Amino acid sequence: MKPAPFKYIAASSLAEALVLKARYGEEARFLAGGQSLIPAMNFRLARPAVLIDINGLTELASIDRSNAQAIRLGALTRYRAMEKDAGFLGACRLFADALPHIAHPQIRNRGTIGGNLCHADPASELPAVAVAMQARMHIKSSRDERELAAADFFVAPLTTDLAAEEMLVEIAFPAATPRSGASFMEVARRRGDFALAGVAAVVSLDEEERCAGIRLVFCGVGETPLDASTSASSLIGQRCTDKAIAAAAADVRRMVAPAGNIHASAEYQRHIAEILTRRAIATACDRVAHAA
Amino acid sequence: MTTRFFGAPVKRNEDRKLLTGQALFIDDVELPNMLHAAFLRSQVAHARIRRIDVSAALKRPGVVAVYTANDLGTYWQPGPLLVPPPPIPGIVFDVRTQVPLAKDKVRYAGEPLAVVVAESRYIAEDALDDIVVDLETLPAVVDLEAAVSAGAAVIHDDLGSNVASHVRQTKGDYRRAAANADIILKRRFRYEHGISSPIETRGIVAQWNARGQQMTIWDTTQAPVFVRNGLAAILGLSERQVRVIAPFIGGGFGPKIMIFYPEEVTLPWISMRLNRPVKWIEDRLEHFVATTHERGQIHDAEIALARDGRILGVRDVFLHDNGAYNPYGLTVPINSQCTMLGPYVIPAYDSTFTSVFTTLPIVTPYRGAGRQHGVFVIERLLDLAAHELRIDPVEIRRRNLIPSDAFPFNNEIIYQDFAPLQYDSGNYEPVLDKALAAIAYEKFVREEQPKLRAEGRCVGIAVACYVEGTGVGPYEGAKVQVQSNGRVSLVTGIGTQGQGHFTSFAQIVADQLGVDVTEVDVVTGDTDQFYWGAGTFASRGAVVAGNAISAASQVVRKKALKLASEVFECSEDDLVIADGKVSITGIPGKFVSLSELAQRANPMRGAVKPGTEPGLESTQYFGPPSGTTANGVHAMVVEVDPETFELRILKYVVVHDCGTVINPMILAGQIHGGVAQGIGNAFYEKLAFDDQGQLLNASLADYLLPTALEIPRMELGHTATASPLNPLGIKGAGEAGAIPVGALFAQGIENALELARKGIELLEIPLSPSRLYELTRKDGK
Amino acid sequence: MQPEGHDIELSVNGAPYRRTVEARMLLSDFLRHELTLAGTHVGCEHGVCGACTILLDGTPVRSCLMFAVQAGGHELSTVEGLAGASGELNALQQAMHEHHGLQCGYCTPGILMTMTAFLKENPDPSELELREALSGNLCRCTGYQNIVDAMLKAAEMMRVAAP
Repeated sequence: MKPAPFKYIAASSLAEALVLKARYGEEARFLAGGQSLIPAMNFRLARPAVLIDINGLTELASIDRSNAQAIRLGALTRYRAMEKDAGFLGACRLFADALPHIAHPQIRNRGTIGGNLCHADPASELPAVAVAMQARMHIKSSRDERELAAADFFVAPLTTDLAAEEMLVEIAFPAATPRSGASFMEVARRRGDFALAGVAAVVSLDEEERCAGIRLVFCGVGETPLDASTSASSLIGQRCTDKAIAAAAADVRRMVAPAGNIHASAEYQRHIAEILTRRAIATACDRVAHAA
Repeated sequence: MTTRFFGAPVKRNEDRKLLTGQALFIDDVELPNMLHAAFLRSQVAHARIRRIDVSAALKRPGVVAVYTANDLGTYWQPGPLLVPPPPIPGIVFDVRTQVPLAKDKVRYAGEPLAVVVAESRYIAEDALDDIVVDLETLPAVVDLEAAVSAGAAVIHDDLGSNVASHVRQTKGDYRRAAANADIILKRRFRYEHGISSPIETRGIVAQWNARGQQMTIWDTTQAPVFVRNGLAAILGLSERQVRVIAPFIGGGFGPKIMIFYPEEVTLPWISMRLNRPVKWIEDRLEHFVATTHERGQIHDAEIALARDGRILGVRDVFLHDNGAYNPYGLTVPINSQCTMLGPYVIPAYDSTFTSVFTTLPIVTPYRGAGRQHGVFVIERLLDLAAHELRIDPVEIRRRNLIPSDAFPFNNEIIYQDFAPLQYDSGNYEPVLDKALAAIAYEKFVREEQPKLRAEGRCVGIAVACYVEGTGVGPYEGAKVQVQSNGRVSLVTGIGTQGQGHFTSFAQIVADQLGVDVTEVDVVTGDTDQFYWGAGTFASRGAVVAGNAISAASQVVRKKALKLASEVFECSEDDLVIADGKVSITGIPGKFVSLSELAQRANPMRGAVKPGTEPGLESTQYFGPPSGTTANGVHAMVVEVDPETFELRILKYVVVHDCGTVINPMILAGQIHGGVAQGIGNAFYEKLAFDDQGQLLNASLADYLLPTALEIPRMELGHTATASPLNPLGIKGAGEAGAIPVGALFAQGIENALELARKGIELLEIPLSPSRLYELTRKDGK
Repeated sequence: MQPEGHDIELSVNGAPYRRTVEARMLLSDFLRHELTLAGTHVGCEHGVCGACTILLDGTPVRSCLMFAVQAGGHELSTVEGLAGASGELNALQQAMHEHHGLQCGYCTPGILMTMTAFLKENPDPSELELREALSGNLCRCTGYQNIVDAMLKAAEMMRVAAP
């Protein structure tokens, strides 16, 4: 399984990388961690004419928690760097939960968050986490830059809103609001496999411990991350009792419409979507209690 | 004679090379001027070939040649039938074998259409895209029942149907048994075994030396001698012009004993044609379709029992998925048919199978070789009967076990070695008792399980019994020689894929010749070093080669003692052989080293007595009269999440009887590995073919091999009932771990989720969380 | 038309190498066939089996998921660099030998490299932690148990040797 030939250019600066991408457009792909791109190339499912290696752009690898409002992750930040940053994991509970589910340590040593988000696999965890946290994507081209809500970034399976000449450079994750808790859970056949269904839940409570807001986003049950937050809205204004959570989870189950795949029937996916909703919301609520 | 090594957990001689990355595997073979091959494979399962246009590929720089079937001329021919059908009365058997490159018709997705030879594998793969193929697609044949029904597309046109074989074997009178039964249970079972998926795929390097008229072939084969013989024949060479070397092989498990694969036949021809060495290494994507599978059977089985749980008879009709060609004959379904009888007394048995052609890759034995399917059926039938009759599932098995005084036990029907199925020896109840003690069966059922259930946890227990027919003929051979430097050389025709032959075989020699096990150099799998042998399969290496090695060692020992007795002018009875020397008993200072004896045995000058053979060397062969029968019991405690149906194995026990054990450490490793493959088969590995015969999960991301997180710690126990069929008393053990695991999982999950009470039965393998959800939904929970 | 060649300089097991490579040459093929360090094995070429695992600047990576051209300027470690100067097996290799942690040996180099890095960072792992670290390396022969035992023992030996 050898890849088809390509022209290789190691970019020495972000500006150079963007100029190259503008020149080659769709014919070129950025090479970051390569943990999704290179397998696809070895299978010859992907045949970019040009690979622009951006691994040298170390300025794009950063975890910046200096701003109280949002944590800024450079797109080239490797999973391993995130896993090793206790402060980051403490501030971003969803990452702490989700990272161990991503492939295996050897993959996490090379893979990057930018590569993961741009690959936009429907079963991938971090797109769901990004949408749940209402992250903002910072995108650049040689001529322009823009910002985009995560929810608008994921357009279709393996497809993002990036134009041919654009690069995702940074992702801003709004800080957790006070009195909120988060939990990410998934069901997969083996640890590290793609999720049969996974959910990122963020719950915030008011002073009376009633649910003031809920974010609930799935991976693995739709073509893009599935924002089911409004389906769980029955919880708002209520205490997070088992009964209330179960009712919300039942509503969510009705809304989820997975397609099924070789590892799980659509009905099973729907079934575990409900179970994960229940468990993740309960855990998120517990975590508010413990944080407080 | 005291044994120092035989029976001891001796560390392996071969480890150093493997641990330091110095062992030669097939892709490590680098030859000057070597070319690389890539095969164009059909993307369609069933089609007539209209045209293959290779002209564009030939023009690509770096491409040296491109061949299709027509280029092979008279060399092109279907492969031989490797295993003829056993002599069963009334058998229907039609053989259709694979071809080097498809001509006229394609019969499975993955079948080779053309081969590109280039300066690198990278360029060869580029050239595959240049080849234009024009196929007339025909309907795929995937479903077994559809394959044999009227109107199904016929895969081998001249046969008129997709029936490859039809076999019925009977013992006793099932009709009468059924008439006298207190209960009869009838069910349909589906069992699918997966693919071997060793971490090393297949590969071949062929090097034709035109001047020397010698062909050397490196091949990841489990049967180098037969590969040599067959290739010599079709290449028009003498066997002595062909050398086949099986280097270190990264896992075999069965499919590497299939021989005359298209690539194996094509590569040597290419090398002769181009007069350059050529290498082909199967990549993982190819492996999913190019290397043989074991797949599925559908059984309609019924069991007739007395009220106390004694089996009166079993009747079974099954369909077996053969794949597109059947070069391996009936080994797999015959094993299913025979192994269903298990360790039980089954007085009446009526078993019929139809082996069916499908437009899918070829099916040949993979660790277990069809035994899994048979064991699943009988173990499930017993579980269902136990529930129906309100007998404990362990108790019903105990009541049916063949008693220890009933051996040799004649099951009458014909087995894969063409002889009537006779169990040579066995003592089954102690194996069961040991397993029950190890899993603490009574305590779990009476105390622990009720407690766990009260806590809302779904934890179940399972116990499954099986027999394994092993150590089949025809024969193996070994040559043992004391070299003039005192080291001992052992050569045998059998190959090695990780079973530790470099050590276990050395142990046998070391004990006989009084040398350290590290002083025995073992060569396996090189046809220039040993001419004869069948190969490594059917758990026969230790049994058959082991006994030949023992015989050869004993002859060499006698020669050494005789020669030493001439040196010392004493009786052989006064001599002792140890530490590389022969000395006079009680006078260790008076000795002659083996190395000196070896030199004396091969004088440069002078005369020898008439009839003397030079050196301290002997070649001996061993062929058992029939296969031996090993047996075992697996037991497991498993927890199932009642919501997601994910499962976790809490405890896993294997108690095994394979007679005399050469190296218990190596044996344990074999059991561990077999169980791991069994767990993969039961709950993780499933080939997903669509109705067009396309494999949807041809990658390790989607064909789920178990990792260190899915395989539990296993506790092993042993008993040893020697086989009377060979001097060492050995029975085989290579497949034991893999055989009963499907049955165990079904029983354990049913028990954990209390499915019997809910009227839900698990009658299929593989299972998965999603499948369990589907099967349990119907009770309206 | 000849493919473009890229000059790279890298170090493997402490030895410097300089080569010119085609961009698409996989690092696994480069090590095995260009540098003839054939101890690193190829099992799948899509990053799942782990047989090709090496250390890149001390970190385990899949060499089938990197191009040789990317390795320029880096320090690689492969199984050939583990044994001592006179060929003495190191603690992990010795433990694997003593615990029968290998059968066919094909997955073994990848496991040794993964475990070398893991045990360096986690000198006292629990069995579960070890199995998690091992889960990115597939073995079809051993059922993992003896590998786990070997690595726990190696960890213990190394703690004793350098407390």
